[in-house]
Amino acid sequence: MTTSLADVAASATTLRAFLHGLPGVDRVGADQRAAMLGTRSIKTTAKAQAIDLAISMVDLTTLEGADTHGKVRAMCTKAMRPGGGAPRVAAVCVYPDLVAVAAETVKGSGVKVASVATAFPSGRSSLEVKVSDTALAVAAGADEIDMVIDRGAFLEGHYLKVFEEIVAVKAACGQAHLKVILETGELATYDNVRRASWLAMIAGADFIKTSTGKVAPAATLPVTLIMLEAVRDFRDATGRQVGVKPAGGIRTTKDAIKNLVLVNETAGADWLTPEWFRLGASSLLNDLLMQREKLATGRYAGPDYFTLD
Amino acid sequence: MAFEYAPAPESRDVVDIKPSYGLFINGEFAEGSGTPFKTINPASEEKLAEIATATSDDVDRAVQAARKAFGVWSALPGSERAKYIFRIARIIQERARELAVLESLDNGKPIRESRDVDVPLVAAHFFYYAGWADKLEHAGFGRRTTDGHSGAKPLGVAGQVIPWNFPLLMLAWKIAPALACGNTVVLKPAETTPLTALLFAEICQQADLPPGVVNIVTGAGETGAAVVAHPDVNKVAFTGSTEVGRIIARTVAGTDKKLTLELGGKAANIVFEDAAVDQAVEGIVNGIFFNQGHVCCAGSRLLVQESVQDELLAALKRRLGTLRLGDPLDKNTDIGAINSAEQLAKIREMSEIGDSEGAERWSPPCDLPEKGFWFPPTVFTGVAQSHRIAREEIFGPVLSVLTFRTPAEAVEKANNTPYGLSAGVWTEKGSRILWMADRLRAGVVWANTFNKFDPTSPFGGYKESGYGREGGLAGLEAYLDV
Repeated sequence: MTTSLADVAASATTLRAFLHGLPGVDRVGADQRAAMLGTRSIKTTAKAQAIDLAISMVDLTTLEGADTHGKVRAMCTKAMRPGGGAPRVAAVCVYPDLVAVAAETVKGSGVKVASVATAFPSGRSSLEVKVSDTALAVAAGADEIDMVIDRGAFLEGHYLKVFEEIVAVKAACGQAHLKVILETGELATYDNVRRASWLAMIAGADFIKTSTGKVAPAATLPVTLIMLEAVRDFRDATGRQVGVKPAGGIRTTKDAIKNLVLVNETAGADWLTPEWFRLGASSLLNDLLMQREKLATGRYAGPDYFTLD
Repeated sequence: MAFEYAPAPESRDVVDIKPSYGLFINGEFAEGSGTPFKTINPASEEKLAEIATATSDDVDRAVQAARKAFGVWSALPGSERAKYIFRIARIIQERARELAVLESLDNGKPIRESRDVDVPLVAAHFFYYAGWADKLEHAGFGRRTTDGHSGAKPLGVAGQVIPWNFPLLMLAWKIAPALACGNTVVLKPAETTPLTALLFAEICQQADLPPGVVNIVTGAGETGAAVVAHPDVNKVAFTGSTEVGRIIARTVAGTDKKLTLELGGKAANIVFEDAAVDQAVEGIVNGIFFNQGHVCCAGSRLLVQESVQDELLAALKRRLGTLRLGDPLDKNTDIGAINSAEQLAKIREMSEIGDSEGAERWSPPCDLPEKGFWFPPTVFTGVAQSHRIAREEIFGPVLSVLTFRTPAEAVEKANNTPYGLSAGVWTEKGSRILWMADRLRAGVVWANTFNKFDPTSPFGGYKESGYGREGGLAGLEAYLDV
């Protein structure tokens, strides 16, 4: 059975009533469930499958003030050919002004270009600026836009304002996919994470993303678990599938595999593709490559055998 | 994309199982006079070891050893007894993996559970009661008088009979407080799961525990009956079925033996419409499918508010589809083997009664291994209070789902059982938790969680679930002359 949620955002009152009517999240129970799934033991063939899957889901990211054309080109080159016969990553993720460089470098490789936008990372600007930020990135060739929500408005309870911003940015995206960053570290409670997830999905998000990577804590396992429950329940309710992207703090192969286990046992196999699940990370890729090599050869190679781009 | 987990078995090599085991009496292993029996791995039906059977003569020798050791042990300062108990706790931690693997082999429970729940709790119990050993006069059961007489006196020899569902944990619940209070013990483990108790006997040797303080006698019901009936036993502690508990109560009646009984249960897990649904589903799973449902306080009756029945059951069934049943030693196994052929037959019989009385049975698609004793996670819907599967303890992975309309009706149905061991309440409303806890006649009421244990928390039942409390400060009372 599917229903349309179009009426939910008819007014501030209906939207608020809907979001506050979602079932609560018990923090202790959610933490325990995530911790239990973290104990799954993924070995041998399953580990090999998980490592390649994780590599193919990486949004290889650089979001620094010091980013240059050279830095971005180098990262894009690695994204297309991580080395050792590993699959290419899903996307590269850069600031809007570097989208053109990235797009030119990865052209024809299948690697997507994602751009953060909307006054990333704080989101503290006018809607006008946010929309033009988005439009610039799209015009420069971004396939995907990673926007931030207005956390201030969310915490004030002005859900409709957050909703309308997402709708406006979605419109500015055109054909580009929209990932909505909730910045769960600032939303603080798991109830807020669930509400923000539904809010973003109703407003048209193609993906919901945990964090900017600029705020700690970023992508914790329980937060990703709650967002996976949200996309699962949203598809049951509406028939529309939305992707999930944990980002920030995922540094090791173990972390990545724990995320894949969460997907597998929460949202299910339908989400276990780069189309529906991404890992936003920068240093993770090399650990995945290192573990991949170890699994194939039985030996660890030194860090100098893996490129630092 | 399908993501199958490759087998991830815990190694059996960490544990060295001997071909045969004797009785542990007076600090040494000795032959039993009865006919030895075998203990098997319920997941494969493979024989693990031959176990001695203690006759009433053997039990008498064990009680005499315990009596003799009582003089020395009870005269030790509490701080000295504590040293031994702390040492046992530390050795349990050091040998945790060995104990966990052995427990899973002999009992059939998943290694994840024996590793993450049973063995850590066992060590925690010994640590906790070691801490009480030199503080007993501050426990409220009598203080030292000015002329030097201690108020908190031990009882003497404790005869303890434990079940097969948590073999080592039930041993810890029994032995740790007994020793802390200055008693000595004769313990009989269940006949299907004697191995970790016998490894514990080795740990007592390793800890240099004075001979006779802990004695382990193995055997079936007759051995247990001999322990309970022995005239020189001062205290009887039993965990097991209500049926056997009644027999023990009759045996002990008219003697001066102190008795605690921890018996069966048919706990209600009550889910209100405002519950945190995903966590409630986890709590229901943990309540009835943890340890294959071989849990006296299992949440075997789900009481769900009618307004959320459909959503909750859909979410529960979806979740049950992800449970992993199989090799108990695989680190990713959620549901292990049923402990014995006898228990499996009982679970099957009760489930067939559920069918014949008109309840609707459901299990997720689930391949059962060919060898060993297995039962799939099972949910019965459309269950009424009058159904036998709502009234009698099944002691297996079988959930009976009933509904209610109002909080008052939830309390009425939850209490409408001859048992009263535990209950669970799921609601985001704090005041309702307190209102329910005041009215539920159960020894433990869990709020927004289930099957949570801690050595500091007393545990025990109302009505046919038994009497006396184990754990916490209250657990000392059972082993002191108060």
